[in-house]
Amino acid sequence: MTQQNDETPPGAAPGQSAAPRRRLIFILAPAAFAVLAAVLAWQLLTGSPDKIPSALIDKSIPEFDLPPIPGWDKGLSSADIREGGVSIVNVFASWCGPCRIEHPLLMDIAAEDILPVWGLNYKDQPADAARWLGELGDPYTQIGSDLSGRVGIDWGVYGVPETFVIDAGGRIVYKHIGVLTRIDWDEKIMPLINDLKN
Amino acid sequence: MRAALLVATVLLLTLLGSGAWAFSADDALDDPVLEARALKLHDELRCPVCQGQAISDSNAELARDLRRIVRERVAAGDSDDAVFDYLSDRYGDFILLRPRVKPTNYVLWFGPALVFIVGVGGLWMFVRRRRGPAAESAPTPLSEAERKELESLSRDDPQ
Repeated sequence: MTQQNDETPPGAAPGQSAAPRRRLIFILAPAAFAVLAAVLAWQLLTGSPDKIPSALIDKSIPEFDLPPIPGWDKGLSSADIREGGVSIVNVFASWCGPCRIEHPLLMDIAAEDILPVWGLNYKDQPADAARWLGELGDPYTQIGSDLSGRVGIDWGVYGVPETFVIDAGGRIVYKHIGVLTRIDWDEKIMPLINDLKN
Repeated sequence: MRAALLVATVLLLTLLGSGAWAFSADDALDDPVLEARALKLHDELRCPVCQGQAISDSNAELARDLRRIVRERVAAGDSDDAVFDYLSDRYGDFILLRPRVKPTNYVLWFGPALVFIVGVGGLWMFVRRRRGPAAESAPTPLSEAERKELESLSRDDPQ
């Protein structure tokens, strides 16, 4: 603009040279706004706000030692998980409807016998859990009864079911929130487990 | 006299029943100072289940458990920051209703001020440029020919 101004004879309207520049602002400002609005709308409309990313990814599993539910001889401790190699930890409860939906998949996984399936029985009456497992079958390698929910809080559990993938070093690698489906298992979790095992 | 006493009693009960004296299902800490701190912290923490609410507002069972944990930490002598750390280690920054000032949150904290400064700066430049040249450069003096023409025009005026 200054260059143009130097060339224009004195007394010529300054608006003449500024005009293209000003027009550019009228294009750029709405464009910038549109981009911002698009980004915000994208963030607002996609993804699920009810799924909070876990703070424990890439961290060691929390220390705990939980008693068994009545009728089962072993509880579950962090030492058990660390010694078990690559594994999954499933947080469940008999009062949790969606847990019933994913239960058959856990039975299938247990039947394949490829890795330990640890159970964290979250805020459940031990007797209710025992009845639930007696009725539906027990897919778990070992189960810890977390009646108070304290261990669940250490794991950042805020709803059941939740499923964690643990590597051979006892680190939390992945957290799945909500019902685990066959598709989740085949497409996300199984490839991850294969990677961890190799 | 009896009526006055009754009114006074009702007033007293109303006062006791309001605000900080509210009766809750939670077990309050015995030390009122610690309890007040715990209650303040409850307002600063988000309930992971019912996400728009602070744990102080929520009836969710997890919120109740978290309130209890905050009380425990406070009673154990944790500072406010230590309590926040304890919970954000487990539930992430998501649980803090007041985001922390740290590099990943700089855009959140300072973005609006930056946008404001850029906006004001842009407006200032825009206004200056519109006004500037006209105000700064004095009108070009009339050339000799123009001056003569102007004079002849005013002289020729029939009136």
